[in-house]
Amino acid sequence: MRAFLTLVRRELAIYFISPSGYVLISAVLFLVGISFVQLVDGLMAEPTDIPITEGFYTTWYFWLVMLLASPLITMRSFAQEKASGTFETLMTTPISDLQVVLSKFAGALLFFCALWLPLGGIILIVRHYTDDQSVFHPGTLAGTYLGILMLGAFFMSLGTFTSSLTRSQIVASITSLAMGMLLFLMSYRSFVSPLDNDGFMEILRHVSIIDHMHDFVRGIIDTRHLVFYLSTTFLFLFLTFKVVESRRWK
Amino acid sequence: MSEQAENGLMIEVNNLTKRYAGHTAISRLSFQVRRGEIVGLLGPNGAGKSTTMRILACYMPATSGSARIAGLDVFSQSMEVRRRIGYMPENNPLHTDMRVQDYLKFRARLKGLHGTRNRERVSLVMDQCGLGEVNRKIIGQLSMGYRQRVGLADALVHEPDLIILDEPTLGLDPNQIRQVRQLIKSLGGTHTVLISTHILPEVEMTCDQVLILHEGRILASDSPHNLQSIPNEGSQVVAELLAPATELAEWCASLPDVLHYDISTSEGDYLRCNFTARAGVDLRPIVYEAARSNDWKLRELTRSQPSLEDVFVHMTRPKIDEEER
Repeated sequence: MRAFLTLVRRELAIYFISPSGYVLISAVLFLVGISFVQLVDGLMAEPTDIPITEGFYTTWYFWLVMLLASPLITMRSFAQEKASGTFETLMTTPISDLQVVLSKFAGALLFFCALWLPLGGIILIVRHYTDDQSVFHPGTLAGTYLGILMLGAFFMSLGTFTSSLTRSQIVASITSLAMGMLLFLMSYRSFVSPLDNDGFMEILRHVSIIDHMHDFVRGIIDTRHLVFYLSTTFLFLFLTFKVVESRRWK
Repeated sequence: MSEQAENGLMIEVNNLTKRYAGHTAISRLSFQVRRGEIVGLLGPNGAGKSTTMRILACYMPATSGSARIAGLDVFSQSMEVRRRIGYMPENNPLHTDMRVQDYLKFRARLKGLHGTRNRERVSLVMDQCGLGEVNRKIIGQLSMGYRQRVGLADALVHEPDLIILDEPTLGLDPNQIRQVRQLIKSLGGTHTVLISTHILPEVEMTCDQVLILHEGRILASDSPHNLQSIPNEGSQVVAELLAPATELAEWCASLPDVLHYDISTSEGDYLRCNFTARAGVDLRPIVYEAARSNDWKLRELTRSQPSLEDVFVHMTRPKIDEEER
């Protein structure tokens, strides 16, 4: 356990001592900021009764951050260590493969969550200047953050998996970006034609991250969504574990 | 612990084979290393040195055969073995973004040292490896020599029984090589050290035992001293004589124990004779006797032992070369 925490600390430290971590933080801040401006513009134009979190998520910037930042966070986790050779020194210390996989995942997820903290600040600012407090239902806020956490866990496990497959960070990030985009476009397909009800659309709707998030931001916590994210996260972590372990297959 | 550990064997390798897709890296390797010895793994590039070390360090398993460290199997008791070894891979990979002291503390924590013990061990190995003055420097900004010492300090930090160093002097200048060599030598006795190298003087100077590895097989395993007497060609004797050329040539041809010889002229009318004697024969007294009885002047008489380099070249020479001779 102590070794695990040491590794997680190390993972987090990399994000905060390397310039790339700060570039990422600035980029996300910038995108979240733009979405905030757009949100305020929208609020000024016409009165609305949708929760503020829903207004936020319907801007494109939310998905831009989700889809682009994730591969950038996870791309170096295994690929970097394999490329520099430190993977060998790491794997010859008395630490199990599972601990290594979980620490890489946990470090990435913690950094990902830290990226979304400014969102809370934005919501507080809007709250400060508006009279109608009903749009800030704690349930919708909790739901939004739970949704971000769930999607984050999914994307982090996906990215950790693609990173474990290669020693090139570029390949790792592009692969996970492509897989994320594929899922997003399938979701978008079902999102734009809500009346299409053939079997394929029905399946798409179940895996649609847009539909899932649409529930989360309204404070609806559907166990089907939770099961979807927890099981896919588990799947990718399991696959990552198997890839790391495969080094020891005879 | 099992009996192997008690009878003083640190490494015990039996019929170890590693096949990668398409080629065999090492094939039926067997050797033993006693506790406290410094052992050199010697071989040309691609001989299987790194593969052997990676298997011993539990980085990857062998295809077949077994390897035991301190009586523990490297595959089935991997965690136990890893606690007992310090391993520095080829090219010494380090986290270049970390500071020396932080890196060593981090590595020590991964190896199960916490709290006061962590601090004590880290400052101890930093002294031992001469890292005191760079402890706050970022590893990426250190010179090769210092980086190598950081790698060594990392291998030593948890007081392992066995230290495995893959090419520890790669890329160092002669002074740094000397320092690293001295450090390795100082580890002998208390630690068992396995180093791989293709620099021969290194082995001659530091190692108690040498394993010569070629194309995945062990060609020889002995002390450097004994290895030097292995080649079946005997010692070389050089003599510079002032003698009539024809008389000298006749005499040379008449010597029964000389495998081949050549005579060349040297400065001041002297003739320089190069003899290669049959194994186990010392030609020097014979040459001296001849010079005295024939009243030749003798100004140089030396015998050169084959260096470990000769042994190495002799053993690892490609087979085609052998047939051409």
